[in-house]
Amino acid sequence: MSQIDSVSTSQIADSVAARSNSDASSDWIMHHVMDGNYLDFSPFGKIYLPHIELFGIDISITRHVVIMWLGAVLLGLVFFNVAKSYKKSLVPKGSANFWEVLIIFVRDEIAKPTIGKGYEGFLPYLLTAFFFILFGNFLGLIPFSATFTSNIAVTSVLAIFSFMVIQIGGIKNNGVFGYFKGLIPHGVPIFLLPIMLIVEILGLFTKPFALAIRLFANLTAGHIVIYALISLIFVMQSYLISPVSIGMALFIYSLEVLVALLQAYIFTMLSSLFIGMAVHQDH
Amino acid sequence: MLDLASLAAGLGAGLTIIGGALGIGKLATAAMEASGRQPEAAGAIRTSMIIAAALIEGISLFALVICFILAGK
Repeated sequence: MSQIDSVSTSQIADSVAARSNSDASSDWIMHHVMDGNYLDFSPFGKIYLPHIELFGIDISITRHVVIMWLGAVLLGLVFFNVAKSYKKSLVPKGSANFWEVLIIFVRDEIAKPTIGKGYEGFLPYLLTAFFFILFGNFLGLIPFSATFTSNIAVTSVLAIFSFMVIQIGGIKNNGVFGYFKGLIPHGVPIFLLPIMLIVEILGLFTKPFALAIRLFANLTAGHIVIYALISLIFVMQSYLISPVSIGMALFIYSLEVLVALLQAYIFTMLSSLFIGMAVHQDH
Repeated sequence: MLDLASLAAGLGAGLTIIGGALGIGKLATAAMEASGRQPEAAGAIRTSMIIAAALIEGISLFALVICFILAGK
């Protein structure tokens, strides 16, 4: 009995040791993808960020917070200058040309077809969401930087903003009772009404939840794939695999650029689709 | 070897990707055929295809998030 016990414990110890060795790469991947208390300039050094607690809630400055401030400052600078360049004439000059292409794209391809009449009121929110997510996704592709849109807290807040805009838009246009009445489609038999009401109200919450998870998971997964391909070099413990591994990682990196654009577009398009469905409720 | 959570994460991710890839493949087939029949509508078809592909990918990423949580256990 004691011999069987000793064999089994040593086997378990071996498996635990093997597991902790093989987990080194997944630890490295997770440690780079998730948020941290320091700005990581890996071979050169680290900048430690302050830890602040308010009433027991941890509001310390982390990597994602710093990059988010950088993104917000960039957004403010760029679009403040774009708006200023329109004061003199409606014809854009300089870099406003480029931003006008994107702004017209959001207005004509996203807001106008989905919201229809009254789209102008929602255009500031849609433009802000689009450019905030776009800048966030692209900032994450720069080396030594972090992707703040791959933080579930940030995407949840963006989804909560979309939720508030959808509900306020729908209630302002249809009245409180009219909005909830309009949630239920026409021609529904009367005994299905309670189920339909519950399903539609649940649907009000699942749609922004999906927005948050979609953006978070897309960006996190892309970065995890890049880190996993690079960690192949360390797992195989050979330099010969580095051309293959870095080549594949570069391919996925270019796919990430496409995903950055696409996810900003999808978030804005779906938000505006839900706004359109809430504001003009005639199916 | 006894780490069932990691095994579950791997199997789950693989199965999810099968579903997602099949769905997006069928979507792309339909979009290509429709663009071939009516090349003028290719722009509108491309836009709808991108939206539907992002929705399908969103669903497969729900399952991927669960696999992340499992693999971290």
